[in-house]
Amino acid sequence: MEKSMKINFRLNKTLKSNIITYGIVIAAYIIVQLLVNAGQVSNLMKGLLVPICIYTIMAISLNLTVGILGELSLGHAGFMCVGAFSSALFSISMLDAIPNAGIRFFFAILIGAFFAALAGIVVGIPVLRLRGDYLAIVTLAFGEIIKNVISVVYIGKDASGLHFSTKNAMALNMAKEGTVIINGAQGITGTPKNSTFTIGVILILITLVIVLNLIHSRSGRAIMSVRDNRIAAESIGINITKYKLMAFTISAALAGVAGVLYSHNLSALTATQKNFGYNQSIMILVFVVLGGIGNIRGSMIAAVLLTLLPELLRGLNTYRMLIYAIILIVMMIFNWSPKLIDLRKRYFHKNRAEKERA
Amino acid sequence: MKKSMKKLLSLAMAIALAASLTACGSGKTSETTAAGEKAASGESSGAAASGEGSFKIGGIGPITGSTAIYGQAVMRGAELAIEEINADGGINGAQIVYNFQDDENDTEKAVNAYNTLKDWGMQMLVGTVTSAPCIAVGAESSNDNIFQLTPSGSAVDCAKFENQFRVCFSDPNQGAASAQYIGENKLATKVAIIYDSSDVYSSGIHDKFLSEAANQGIEIVSDEAFTADNNTNFSVQLQKAQDSGAELVFLPIYYSQAALILAQAKQMGYEPQFFGCDGLDGLLTVENFDTSLAENVMLLTPFAADAKDELTQKFVTTFKEKYGETPNQFAADGYDAVYAIKAAAEKAAITADMDASAICDALKTSMTEISVNGLTGENMKWSKDGEPDKAPKAVKIVNGVYTAM
Amino acid sequence: MMSFISYFINGLSLGSVYAIIALGYTMVYGIAKMLNFAHGDVIMIGGYVVFTVVSTMGLGPVAGILLAVILCTVLGVVIEGVAYRPLRMASPLAVLITAIGVSYLLQNIALLVFGSNPKSFTSVVTVPALKLLQGKLIISGETIVTIISCIIIMIGLTMFIKKTRAGQAMLAVSEDKGAAQLMGINVDGTIALTFAIGSALAAVAGALLCSAYPTLTPYTGSMPGIKAFVAAVFGGIGSIPGAFIGGLLLGVIENLSKAYISSQLSDAIVFGVLIVVLLVKPTGILGKKINEKV
Repeated sequence: MEKSMKINFRLNKTLKSNIITYGIVIAAYIIVQLLVNAGQVSNLMKGLLVPICIYTIMAISLNLTVGILGELSLGHAGFMCVGAFSSALFSISMLDAIPNAGIRFFFAILIGAFFAALAGIVVGIPVLRLRGDYLAIVTLAFGEIIKNVISVVYIGKDASGLHFSTKNAMALNMAKEGTVIINGAQGITGTPKNSTFTIGVILILITLVIVLNLIHSRSGRAIMSVRDNRIAAESIGINITKYKLMAFTISAALAGVAGVLYSHNLSALTATQKNFGYNQSIMILVFVVLGGIGNIRGSMIAAVLLTLLPELLRGLNTYRMLIYAIILIVMMIFNWSPKLIDLRKRYFHKNRAEKERA
Repeated sequence: MKKSMKKLLSLAMAIALAASLTACGSGKTSETTAAGEKAASGESSGAAASGEGSFKIGGIGPITGSTAIYGQAVMRGAELAIEEINADGGINGAQIVYNFQDDENDTEKAVNAYNTLKDWGMQMLVGTVTSAPCIAVGAESSNDNIFQLTPSGSAVDCAKFENQFRVCFSDPNQGAASAQYIGENKLATKVAIIYDSSDVYSSGIHDKFLSEAANQGIEIVSDEAFTADNNTNFSVQLQKAQDSGAELVFLPIYYSQAALILAQAKQMGYEPQFFGCDGLDGLLTVENFDTSLAENVMLLTPFAADAKDELTQKFVTTFKEKYGETPNQFAADGYDAVYAIKAAAEKAAITADMDASAICDALKTSMTEISVNGLTGENMKWSKDGEPDKAPKAVKIVNGVYTAM
Repeated sequence: MMSFISYFINGLSLGSVYAIIALGYTMVYGIAKMLNFAHGDVIMIGGYVVFTVVSTMGLGPVAGILLAVILCTVLGVVIEGVAYRPLRMASPLAVLITAIGVSYLLQNIALLVFGSNPKSFTSVVTVPALKLLQGKLIISGETIVTIISCIIIMIGLTMFIKKTRAGQAMLAVSEDKGAAQLMGINVDGTIALTFAIGSALAAVAGALLCSAYPTLTPYTGSMPGIKAFVAAVFGGIGSIPGAFIGGLLLGVIENLSKAYISSQLSDAIVFGVLIVVLLVKPTGILGKKINEKV
């Protein structure tokens, strides 16, 4: 009797926490929409709305790998890259076949997610056999490989179908009226601009539904048991490879969705160090760590704040990255230094004690 | 405690979101005050008389990151031109206010920079400096109908829309010109290429050069690439060029890598003829570079800092005084871009109180009617598709200075 | 054949630079159990110090390298003390993020101080090039010096760890920090010493890297840093001979795949080989297998 009540209570608690998370997203959406309609939002902020959605999804998806699965991935931007390129390729080649932008974008999202998931499986099978720092460096390597390979791919389209080459645009041997879609390192230009804030928020909500439900499902508990004690989990018969791969693939697919948003937000898409290299992967890792590893809501908040921060610091121009670096270091020391933790504990305890007295 | 922290964080997010939205966005209703605030933070020196009767020219380019050198050069070149124009009475009697924003050579950052400038009240855009961001910003500016003149975005798509013009040559234009020059002057029949496949500029020239070389009877004996992530070790590419018996090595790349290639070629005792495009300009100004390495290097460039004409000499002297370095082609492009805007603006007789869209409509036509004597070409004219009409000059480095050929 | 030898030797030269950098990585990882992402940027700082001393102040290359070694050692110890020491008990991720922060910090300081323009580096090597087989095979002086100094450093480090008390202390700390402390070893001091040695090596690596590939920007260190890190993992992170072998192999593979497969995909191939090696030997070529207990 008492036990069932306890379970009931716990379920309510997670439900409540989930509702708060969804609530924050919806509330933020409504507030932003109201402000936009009232003409109170600057162009810069309007331009940032979609990127915020992109990085929020990326942060949630990486948190699934780092926080829930417990493996450090340094190549997450690679999956975003796969999603971005596959969906942009689809949208451009289907521009005439599917004139309705909404339907085309819907399929583009599915395609981006599918190919990123596929990449997740291909990468995951070998990578997940490794552990710890080795796994981290191999994911970094995979991210770099994906980026490196995509920038030597040439794909063109003419009347006889798609042409493919890894040499250069001339090697495609296309008919005269054919167009080059992916031009090697010059990437894809002219992707339709379909990403909107509303779609972005819907995708965030879908991402949240997937991740939060996964965490609180049987599979989710199995995944977390692998994280907390691999050997113990194995000994009670949990199929480690299956659950690891599952979490990793879902995480990759979600990153692919973020990539779709990315490529359909800018008309020029190239695979550079800046957007899909390890620097980007690390930036997203920073969102996750600052927001709290395993804390989905926290990583959302961190993603929003850290996407806004560099733009709000634009006035400081040359000092922007310097300040960013210092913030990173100081935040880490503030969060983890034993002396500061003591100090905070003392402060909070005093507070709580006072409250209790009152 | 953990729970209270969480709540605190959620609250912080809501507040931060709301605060940033309102802080940044005073929206259309109060644009002038927003502009005032922004201007104070990001804008460089220029007009003392900002306010009612001034043109707002925006600039975008990388001033941090690994391509910062190009953005800084354009920013300074344009700044110099604007100071001169302002001291001279401005455009149609109105002063120019200039605001340059960083894009780190990233498409996403470039669009953010563009939006920042829009909030500031930009009327014309000099930018962006690099190609991929330029294409991304172009989609936005054509949508908003804001006049865009890129000093150095050389990819074909950088002048795709009606509102876009450029000062520099397009990439294919340079590739073809190089092949023709080599072929017509019989410089070599066996040519090796080393290019940056991860760079839009370099691979653009490379592709056109390849197809034009066939028409000129040039045999490409070695065609090797490198990428931005692996651009310091050229031993393999040079070795292949040497083994293939190339008489001339074509370098459609930027000078920072070219300086390395020249040094490494010397280390391995390889001395072919080197030939490059406008990206090589700046080679002699690399700090501490041994200029004897660049002896006999040929390049096609619209601008040479050592040119003897009065305009160039004046520009180079003032630039050196102000920034302590010799200007490169990018600085010249930025400088010319501002003067081109001035010429077009005067031709169309636009005034500072016109909105960006009206200015754009006026300039679109007047750009094709002007002729500018600039640093990067005499009598530069523009066609409707945004391309400049000017001829590249071939120069050869002799005794550490450019010599016209 | 002649060109193959030439590709191979150039690969060894590149690999030697990777190896020296990887030695720094591997020592720090072995003892402090952290990935010092900022190591590559210490190399860049070392390069700038040599550049300033030699090219701007006009002093000799020896003075330049000495000063670079001293300054980088100080820098390494300061970074460790300020940024990493407070985090000794923190999660590895937090330390990694801090290291990334330090890396960005160093890059941006260099950007502010030296500007973004690339600087042409005057080689610190005065050894003339070696001409073999009637001039058909030319080995540059930089290549010779780099390979030789790499071997000397490797042997020196191994001797230091085997023969000196401080080296033994390092070994003890790397095995078990707690036990080492109980045995009276100054753990903080030992870790600081490791950072000092690693950073001094970084300064030497900076001088050699910039001599062989004579350019210097605030981002000079970041890609070689990543590659050397891969090399360290390749050879088995924590192992000194492993870093040496990993570095050399990586350089040779990179150069040969550039020559015979694709000059654009060489990085992808290098990383691909790393993945294959780790799949066969999950702790790298010379890595120790650690048995996990419940």
